Amino acid sequence: MKKALAASLLALTFAMGGVAQAEPVKIGMITTLSGGGASLGVDARDGFMLAIEKAGNDEIEVVIEDDGQKPELAVQIADKMVQSDKVDLMTGIIWSNLAMAVVPSVTAQDVIYISPNAGPSALAGANCHPNYFNVAYQNDNFHEAMGEAANKDFKKTFIMAPNYPAGKDSLTGFKRYYKGELAGEIYTKLGQTDYAAEIAQIRASGADSVFIFLPGGMGVAFTKQFAQSGVDLPLMGPAFSFSQDILPAIGEAALGVKNSASWAPDLDNEANKAFVEAFRAKYDRLPSVYAAQGYDAANLILSAAEKADVADREAFRAALKEADFQSVRGKFKFNTNNHPIQDFYVREVVEKDGELTNTIVSTAFTDHGDAYAAECKM
Amino acid sequence: MSLTLLIEQILNGLQFGVMLFLMAAGLTLIFGVMGLINLAHGSLFMVGAFACASVAAWTGSFWIGLAASLAAAAAAGAVIELLVIRRLYDRDHLDQVLATFALILIFSEGTRWLFGSFPLYLDIPPLLSGAVSLPGGSSYPIYRLAVIGVGIAVAVGLSLLISRTRLGMRIRAGESDREMIAALGVDITTLYTLVFALGAALAGLAGAMVGALQSVQVGMGEPVLILAFVVIVIGGIGSIRGALFGSILVGLTETLGRVLLPHGLGLFMEPSAAASIGAAIASMLIYILMALILAFRPQGLFAANG
Repeated sequence: MKKALAASLLALTFAMGGVAQAEPVKIGMITTLSGGGASLGVDARDGFMLAIEKAGNDEIEVVIEDDGQKPELAVQIADKMVQSDKVDLMTGIIWSNLAMAVVPSVTAQDVIYISPNAGPSALAGANCHPNYFNVAYQNDNFHEAMGEAANKDFKKTFIMAPNYPAGKDSLTGFKRYYKGELAGEIYTKLGQTDYAAEIAQIRASGADSVFIFLPGGMGVAFTKQFAQSGVDLPLMGPAFSFSQDILPAIGEAALGVKNSASWAPDLDNEANKAFVEAFRAKYDRLPSVYAAQGYDAANLILSAAEKADVADREAFRAALKEADFQSVRGKFKFNTNNHPIQDFYVREVVEKDGELTNTIVSTAFTDHGDAYAAECKM
Repeated sequence: MSLTLLIEQILNGLQFGVMLFLMAAGLTLIFGVMGLINLAHGSLFMVGAFACASVAAWTGSFWIGLAASLAAAAAAGAVIELLVIRRLYDRDHLDQVLATFALILIFSEGTRWLFGSFPLYLDIPPLLSGAVSLPGGSSYPIYRLAVIGVGIAVAVGLSLLISRTRLGMRIRAGESDREMIAALGVDITTLYTLVFALGAALAGLAGAMVGALQSVQVGMGEPVLILAFVVIVIGGIGSIRGALFGSILVGLTETLGRVLLPHGLGLFMEPSAAASIGAAIASMLIYILMALILAFRPQGLFAANG
């Protein structure tokens, strides 16, 4: 009886056209919280939840699940979230191979997906989708920035990445802007932890510099082994290989390494200062680039929820597209393919107050989009 | 590709193989003596690495960390043998797989709970840092040579233990007929705990040594465990000698395949495509090797019990 009464009341509210109160937004977050890649997912989640808590908006509900960095598991969780949890939005995936497994089917079911990290080229170009927004970057971007920056100092670079979608995007991106000669090009196994064979090849190749894209534990292993090998070449990479979550594990071997990103803890703007301070106060560590992206993803969603009802997908998408939020990157806007147009910086690993961190040394690109936007017909 | 580079890569393959041997030896010993499939062997590898990293950070000495890793892995091995494994000897392999898989999850989440999700720092000791010159003008890291040395020492030590000592005699007897040696008055339960702790200590040693080269993080044991299983299938289940040869074969195949395949394909392909296709084939190589050996010699190269 009670139920029926509640239901009819609810129906009545809808019939009256509930303008005053927007519907609660239900967000499903699938991210990597266990296994070797967990530190990335934990940082993205912590950044995301920090923004949600700071906003104090109790109309937002977040369901978090762990994909263990396994595509098949991510697909199962996504199905569950769409079908039984009835989420309006999804976010959280770190790895490109998982994003490729989950995103196309999720967006096809009229759920909006906001990527806080993975930005595979396949989803930025011809296969772009109005329900897919990437708040981080297109995968090639960081590598493009490093390729452009490398032109200044180097003529013969050795390049290396894991053999999976983001790895391919990485080396493609680097080569797109790098004008020098390549001393060699290697694809390693994803998750490989011993690089003795590759380091020997680098030594023998006559390279004047090395560019690597090895996220998470792979970057820790390579950088340590490279420093121990006595191969004295300048090392550079995208921020993933030298992000805050792994710097303490690499130790001094990372000092002086150049890496590219759209964000750094010392980036000078109000939103970023507040973010770094709040993150440190809450979690007692410095945020990584993943945490910054998670934080921006949440703020983007919050900004859209202020303006539009999530049940009205058309209006909600338009509100997202406006990107009317204070990004920790300073300025931020979406390109025609729902990927960011932003600045990219070269950072250097330094020791500050007894702690390893990244500091900005130069700007590689200003208002840089991506190479695939033209192929996206949306 | 020059000869010095090839020699360096062979050393790399050997070092990788020797490290795998430390894992595979314990795994095959436990299977040979107790007939138990232990999927949690990789977790003991992780326990060794975490113990070494945290004790080394605390005391400032890698060597104390190394000793702690042996002690912690052996202790963890003994404890799980007493609490869990002991109940599994008489069950079939499927039950063992399930229970030890559960142990992996418990160890991983327990380690995450204790140490957090972020990798730990562990560096090689100053005594072993740097490199030695190889003939031909190249050089090789001293630490990796030390790993090869430790692996060879363990192989010699294990074979002496098994062929020359009273404990080894019991282990061999336990392999062939466990009821008989129990009937002869040997305390078989203590023997099993000892063997399990010994296997665990070897895994812990491998974890500590590898931890200094790679990153010490949750889940680091599983990829190694898969390779260790490949090794014992190739070498022959239950055979220490098989584990040694299998490890070195897998180490060399994996390392040389990774280097030579992209090079070879590069002779008649565009370098970018050769790098990507070569890498894909190289990652399948040891499984192809395993399939070939299983096809022609299903019991493995050095099968223990005939």
